[in-house]
Amino acid sequence: MASVSETQAANTPNPARWLVVVVPYLWLLLFFAAPFLIIFKISLSDTAIAMPPYTPVFPGFGAIRDYISELDFENYLFLTEDPLYIKAYLSSLRIAVISTFLLLLIGYPMALAMARAPSSLRPTLVMLVILPFWTSFLIRVYAWIGILKPDGLLTLLLQTTGLLEPNEQIQIFRTDIAVFIGIVYSYLPFMVLPLYSALEKMDNTLLEAASDLGCPPWKAFWKITFPLSLPGVIAGSMICFIPITGEFVIPDLLGGADTLMIGKTLWTEFFGNRDWPLASAVAVVLLIMLVVPIAIFQNQQKKVV
Amino acid sequence: MKNHLLSLAAAVAATAFAATTAMAQERVVHVYNWSDYIDESILEDFTKETGIKVVYDVFDSNEMVETKLLAGGSGYDVVVPTGPFLARQIQAGVFQKLDKSKLPNLSNMWPQVMERLAKYDPGNQYAVNYMWGTTGIGYNVEKVKAALGGVPVDSWDVLFKPENAAKLKACGINILDASDETFAIAMNYIGKDPDSKATADLEAGGDVYMKVRPYVKTFNSSSYIDELANGDTCISIGWSGDVLQAKDRAEEANNGVKVEFVIPKEGTYMWFDNLAIPADAKNVEEAHVFINYLMKPEIIAKASNYVQYANGNLASQKFLDKEVLDNPSVYPPEDVVKKLFTISPYGSKEQRVLNRVWTQIKTGS
Repeated sequence: MASVSETQAANTPNPARWLVVVVPYLWLLLFFAAPFLIIFKISLSDTAIAMPPYTPVFPGFGAIRDYISELDFENYLFLTEDPLYIKAYLSSLRIAVISTFLLLLIGYPMALAMARAPSSLRPTLVMLVILPFWTSFLIRVYAWIGILKPDGLLTLLLQTTGLLEPNEQIQIFRTDIAVFIGIVYSYLPFMVLPLYSALEKMDNTLLEAASDLGCPPWKAFWKITFPLSLPGVIAGSMICFIPITGEFVIPDLLGGADTLMIGKTLWTEFFGNRDWPLASAVAVVLLIMLVVPIAIFQNQQKKVV
Repeated sequence: MKNHLLSLAAAVAATAFAATTAMAQERVVHVYNWSDYIDESILEDFTKETGIKVVYDVFDSNEMVETKLLAGGSGYDVVVPTGPFLARQIQAGVFQKLDKSKLPNLSNMWPQVMERLAKYDPGNQYAVNYMWGTTGIGYNVEKVKAALGGVPVDSWDVLFKPENAAKLKACGINILDASDETFAIAMNYIGKDPDSKATADLEAGGDVYMKVRPYVKTFNSSSYIDELANGDTCISIGWSGDVLQAKDRAEEANNGVKVEFVIPKEGTYMWFDNLAIPADAKNVEEAHVFINYLMKPEIIAKASNYVQYANGNLASQKFLDKEVLDNPSVYPPEDVVKKLFTISPYGSKEQRVLNRVWTQIKTGS
């Protein structure tokens, strides 16, 4: 039945079907390719005291040849000359790698417990993981300020339980530790859900067979469960790693003055220096850096399908 | 939706007349001002008196305002940029000239302030001063005394001498995260021209902060008010009115914290926040009415009494509370005013050097 209708559809051009294929491409063109090209173009221009604050983007048709000769990559060269940018990129990558690892460490047992829970309980557990999204992300990060600040809830809790002297305060707020706490908290659902969906559809009879054949549970986990959940591990890690690298809000609110991340550097270029061209160059390089993990992700997805 | 109905009505009536009368029915002005910078009852009174509705929006950094204005189509009719930002924005073509025939209250303004403002707005064509103030030292009297002993808090030495800063480390030092002002102050401190844009001078100014960087706890421009008030921070470079707000909050909380503000004897930065109308403002007429209203002596005095910043309106001084007018932190005496300096805007290359050194200081590397 299905194959018949498919061949029919393939033979006679069906506008509705054509539309279905075209819409996602149009979406990508409109909301990814076009903005990216505009940003790329701005990254090749120079700053100006004008509205908007850079030299014109689209010149007259006749001037295109002159125009192309004027484009230059000095902004990209500048990124390599000043160690600030390389340091910021590396620091962002470091924070993203550590955070993703911590997320896996915390998210995996959670997802495993959810997948092994009675099936009647699972929807409730999934619901609980999603529940924080009902509150604005910004408010949740602000709430962490209230918890972590020196006279905040955490200090109060440790003082009342006697773990901290009454005159001592915990100094986490405005350090990298606070940034890690904020990131791990905010991104945990994005790690747990892909892991859960990978673990949940696993065939449990494999584990029974392993057990019957005398394989201890920890070995069965490493030989069977973990390899089978690998697509979930990769999906979760990519979904977390990529946005964490460019994160701005969490390091800005929870981090200290010495927390160096590319998102903050980009903010300074854009707002502080009003250098939209250089800020665009920073963004383009960041995107290129992230294309590599995205490519790995895509590749992995293909293998799964 | 409203626009849609309007254009529909215009099309039906086929006259421009219909559109203008429809618009006149709801007069509105969109104002974009600093946060905690007005007595809100002024806005209500304005609407009662003129029938013009005020849509009031706030910001907490000049950079944010500038980016919105430079991108165009901000939708605001009155904005309040600080001097050097105003100058650059005028140059970029962001603002329109004020129609002075619609601002009869200009006669109330303070010539001395207008003269200083002319550095940013030659001929006072684009802007009217709203408030002005200084960037000085806010400190916790008891804690600083305990840490420094006999050292008097009347000089930038308190913060910029490493031996003093080291003693203050434990009780908390904050530096404003406003690079243009902090550098001007440091350059003035080491005897250079605070308005210098030379790389060597900027780096020398940066050195002042680099030497005390190990003792600085935070760099921020808004939460330091609360941190001074609750004792988390004991000394900060701060804006006059902010520190006085911290002082009030501490008094209200009755938490034993006593905050004071001082203009150091070496002199400091004097800034001006000014009312201006964007070139693409839709309600130009209403914007003028609003600015003219804020230049009424009793109205702007009410605002100053509330926010504890000095205003640029000479005629308003007889309506000011005694605590405000006689407070040398708000209205410094003549000999102190002489030592206050202003700075001109940074060019883009200079700004980059400045922010690069500032980032180095903040990240401590």
